[in-house]
Amino acid sequence: MSSFEKVRIRAENVNFYYGSKQTLKDVSMSIFKNRVTAIIGPSGCGKSTFIRLLNRMNDLIPNTRVEGRILLDSENIYEPGVDVVALRRKVGMVFQKPNPFPKSIRDNLSFGLKVNGINDAEFIENTVRRSLEESALWEEVKDRLHESALKLSGGQQQRLCIARCLAVAPEVILFDEPCASLDPISTKRIEELIEQLKEHYTIVIVTHNMQQAARISDYTAFMYLGELIEFGTTEKIFTVPEDKRTEEYITGKFG
Amino acid sequence: MKKNTRIQFLGFGFLYLSIILAVLTLGAIIYFITVNGIKVISWEFLTRVPRHAMTQGGIAPALVGTFYLTVGAILFALPMGLACAIYLTEYSPKSSIVNLLRMSINNLAGVPSVVFGLFGLTVFVKFCGFGVSILSGSLTLGIMILPGIISAAQEALIAVPQSLREASLALGATQWQTIRKIVLPSATPGILTGVILSVGRAAGETAPIMFTAATFYTRGFPHSVMDEVMALPYHIYALMTEGTFPERQTMIAYGCALLLLFLVLMVSGLAIYLRQKQRKYEFV
Repeated sequence: MSSFEKVRIRAENVNFYYGSKQTLKDVSMSIFKNRVTAIIGPSGCGKSTFIRLLNRMNDLIPNTRVEGRILLDSENIYEPGVDVVALRRKVGMVFQKPNPFPKSIRDNLSFGLKVNGINDAEFIENTVRRSLEESALWEEVKDRLHESALKLSGGQQQRLCIARCLAVAPEVILFDEPCASLDPISTKRIEELIEQLKEHYTIVIVTHNMQQAARISDYTAFMYLGELIEFGTTEKIFTVPEDKRTEEYITGKFG
Repeated sequence: MKKNTRIQFLGFGFLYLSIILAVLTLGAIIYFITVNGIKVISWEFLTRVPRHAMTQGGIAPALVGTFYLTVGAILFALPMGLACAIYLTEYSPKSSIVNLLRMSINNLAGVPSVVFGLFGLTVFVKFCGFGVSILSGSLTLGIMILPGIISAAQEALIAVPQSLREASLALGATQWQTIRKIVLPSATPGILTGVILSVGRAAGETAPIMFTAATFYTRGFPHSVMDEVMALPYHIYALMTEGTFPERQTMIAYGCALLLLFLVLMVSGLAIYLRQKQRKYEFV
């Protein structure tokens, strides 16, 4: 299957260091266009660190160092002189804990447009609606766009964060354990949403929930102690894994 | 009663007593100042200049002077303090030089106010040639409250969740946009709290303005920032230490104290009002 896929992101021999501690060891993998790629593994395996490299979010953490190359459409995003702001517009991110701004629902959605210089009121209004519809939140909030985003429930807040991300029209969306703090019903809604989104977006999702990975992803990467142990189609990883550690993890022997 | 419960009872009792005592002290101060001060307060007292060796007339110039000095100090210290705090929390690299900067600022907060007064005299009054003036006094008071504003602003900025910065940056906002549109609005309530405390301090201090701005007596109101002014705390000091009608002067001093208290409460009230308005979107 993978030979027909179009590579969107390619990580090549990526090492990552927190001070002197190495948390990613020689990770190489591909992320395919319009597919959902899940990264699984026990806590501390480096999966969040890895996904945060893809939009250079780890730049914010002092005393860290990256080695190797990460290519987005065959351009190394760690090349000196890369426009990080432009990169982050292309590669959006939804975080583990819903983090809406303490502003109105509408302002949360228009923020990304305004900081990118878009002030056309009609365009903003249409985008607000479109992204809320895309994230299946429109019906619930259409009459109270002026209210504080913090009034929404946890699940709604997370869908708002997804909508906020969609509003700036990214091409790749990174989900860093988006359901970690949500109840099962909200989780289900987010999963359905991700499945719909892959039609238009390339999606990478970090999850500690193997069932979730199995349900929504096309490809799965299993990481352990900073190393990429195995990468393949989700079907293969969950039925005939090659590595013994992958098998032990997905059958629940550790983790 | 079990031993643990008894200890807890005693502990809570102590906490309860402490808070009562604190509130009582505050209440007592307000009560005595009000009872003693209210007698001299009148429209004339508020709007007229002093007459007859400060025993008659009003204290309007001192009221106005304190207002100018305080506003001037804030105008100087708030932008600068905020800028310093933003640099230290948002931009500065983690290095030993920055740590030294932090330490210096903390030490600045511990400098006695009369030392600031002497500094102001040397630098602003003499070296810069501003003379004894509103400008010199405001700058001196401003430097005095600067460390307080910096640390209040720093705390407020640090309290803004990192997740909000990440959310903003992840949407393609620059660091500057993130600071201006997300971090600063969220930190405003905390920063305003710092301003409130600083206003109280700037309005009430005597020592820093003694050599830099204040005078015992003026005939009228200041016309420019280069004029020397009367100020409430210094006027109280003058009434209590100089002059020939101690009884009458003491009464007026209490009146001034009451006004000073009222003035500070009003400015604080304004800051609290602004803070509440800002919190409209925050009710978690």
